[in-house]
Amino acid sequence: MKKKIQEAALTIPSFVWLLLFFLVPTLLVFVLAFRPPDPYGGIGPGWTTATIRDLARHPYWVIAWRTLWASAVTTAICLALALPSGYAVARASPRRRNLLLMMVIVPFWTSFLIRVFAWRSLLHPEGPVKKILVLLGLASPQTPLLYNNAAVILVMTYTFLPFAILPIYAAAEKFDFRLVEAARDLGARPLQAFRKVFLPGVRQGVVTAVLIVLIPALGSYVIPDLVGGPSSEMLGNKIAQRVFVDRNLPHASALSVVLILAVLAPLLAVLFRQRKKEKPEIILEEGG
Amino acid sequence: MGEFLEFRDVAKAFGPIQAVDGVSLEIKKGEFFSLLGPSGCGKTTMLRLAAGFETPDRGRVFLDGADITGLPPNRRRVNTIFQSYALFPHLSVWDNIAFGLEVAKRPKAEIRREVEAMLRLIQMEDQAGKKPGQLSGGQKQRVAVARALVNKPQVLLLDEPLAALDLKLRQRMLIELDMIHDEVGITFLYVTHDQGEAMSLSDRIAVMDQGRIEQIGTPAEIYEAPRTSFVAAFIGDTNFLESEVADGLDGEYCRLRISGFPDVVAYNDKGIRPGHPVFLSVRPEKIRISRDRPLPDTRINVAPAKVEDVIYLGPTTKYWVRAGGQRVLVLRQHFRFFLDEKPIRWKDDVWIWWHGDDGFMLEGFRKGDEKLVASPPQKVGEE
Ligand SMILES: Nc1ncnc2c1ncn2[C@@H]1O[C@H](COP(=O)(O)OP(=O)(O)O)[C@@H](O)[C@H]1O
Ligand SMILES: [Mg+2]
Repeated sequence: MKKKIQEAALTIPSFVWLLLFFLVPTLLVFVLAFRPPDPYGGIGPGWTTATIRDLARHPYWVIAWRTLWASAVTTAICLALALPSGYAVARASPRRRNLLLMMVIVPFWTSFLIRVFAWRSLLHPEGPVKKILVLLGLASPQTPLLYNNAAVILVMTYTFLPFAILPIYAAAEKFDFRLVEAARDLGARPLQAFRKVFLPGVRQGVVTAVLIVLIPALGSYVIPDLVGGPSSEMLGNKIAQRVFVDRNLPHASALSVVLILAVLAPLLAVLFRQRKKEKPEIILEEGG
Repeated sequence: MGEFLEFRDVAKAFGPIQAVDGVSLEIKKGEFFSLLGPSGCGKTTMLRLAAGFETPDRGRVFLDGADITGLPPNRRRVNTIFQSYALFPHLSVWDNIAFGLEVAKRPKAEIRREVEAMLRLIQMEDQAGKKPGQLSGGQKQRVAVARALVNKPQVLLLDEPLAALDLKLRQRMLIELDMIHDEVGITFLYVTHDQGEAMSLSDRIAVMDQGRIEQIGTPAEIYEAPRTSFVAAFIGDTNFLESEVADGLDGEYCRLRISGFPDVVAYNDKGIRPGHPVFLSVRPEKIRISRDRPLPDTRINVAPAKVEDVIYLGPTTKYWVRAGGQRVLVLRQHFRFFLDEKPIRWKDDVWIWWHGDDGFMLEGFRKGDEKLVASPPQKVGEE
């Protein structure tokens, strides 16, 4: 009993932190979504559901849909790259492994904003990437590399890839690679062994990677703003516009609420499924 | 019937370590063949070469007449039972066993039939739905056997499959493995460092040391006629007597001179010439011990000795005796109710003797191999 209290006491600082800087602001956003705006960028008196209802009348569907698929594509590409990377890093010798992990982490030493600007100059019509592509005959001088959806997805993938590699690596590092040999021994080709044994073995890492990429991708704002064009705006940009341009906090909040719920729904679904899966196994183990 | 699985002058190094060092080996179809040797002698590497997880630096591997040296594991008709079992933790027992058949895209009905037959063979029909994490060590081992056998491999490779089990279970699985081998008639290549396992299961044994094969033969040949000091010492206990061939006797026998010990008669099947140094290996259970001097015989070697230590082992008793300059280990079964004499005790004066045919002149001798023999207690019982 005393131990339990001590354990609980240890969690208090992080709990307070979450309460102050996560829960309270989120609740604030929820509250603001139901307050009327005043013409000067402030909050009017009373309560209203008009803002939420108004959302449907704005042409947000296009942007919401784009936000969703751009994030989904980014997540898929990140996974496709992170799985073989995580596998390779986990299989490398300890010395090489540290070097490879270093290379994954090094980008974090530079500010995110600066890295996005770097991409802007890389992809610039006069930039090096464009010149090389044209030289190799892979792009015509007219092909735009910047200010379109492809650029947004490219830079998002670049930004989020380390977040996908790290959890998959962490899972792969604990994975028993003799299982892959066992699969090969039983007749599986290399890719079959990867899919049938390695993938289920690092499932937890894959789930984490998906959440950790998809959720911030859905909330992207800087990347589409800097490398995207007018037709690659995402919900994040709209929210920013409502705040900074329209100075309509309730409207921005209402949009945020929709986004938060959209993010929360799959997260809760995953968590709930895991709970359900864990319970019967525990009972079985006690029985057996 | 010729060789079925053949290693021809195979070598494999890992950096500076020569794990397998020029091994040639021929295993017959249907045979239960064991690789026996101490940890680190290259047994697992041999299995991995057969399974296709390693490619040899030199030499070839043949299976049923075909060169399989370059084939990947999935294209060899051999299956492995791994030391750690390596069952797929996310799959049920049923799915583990079905894995190979499913990868081979066999018809559903056939998969079902084969898996059910395997579950019956390992007597685990009622456990098919369990995950490996819910099984005991012995059950895991049986699933690993079934998962491999269901593919009807030409050779089954087993890497110390019993090492992780406790003694009683190990003895039971030993019998089960033997029965399974009889039932399926597949060639088994069995790796172990346990001489008891190898002896009781194998048709033939290859004794390995430091990446080389020391001797190949039936369990009886290996035990009764060891060629090198390593084989003599690794398989069971033995006494090494450093000697020199004095002169030949009638037939194939010769007289050996041992310092501080009466001359000894030995069977000289290797035709070693007088004047050559040679090591004689005599198994402790081949030596008799008694208070009374045995009747003289031209083929019997007799020496007076003093008992320095007595170790009671239950079914047998070990005696360390000093005969001249030699410490000799003698193993004796005792018959509590048929005592021919009163028990031999510490410090007693005794006679030891053995028949000339029971001493083996070794072809190869390495000084370090003496350490493999249970070392005599030093300075015990000496005032
Ligand atoms: N993948 C490897 N990398 C480096 N050394 C290895 C590797 N596999 C085996 N060895 C070395 O080769 C030798 C033989 O190993 P192994 O075949 O596993 O022996 P055993 O199975 O008889 O214990 C050992 O010295 C071991 O350390
Ligand atoms: Mg081994």
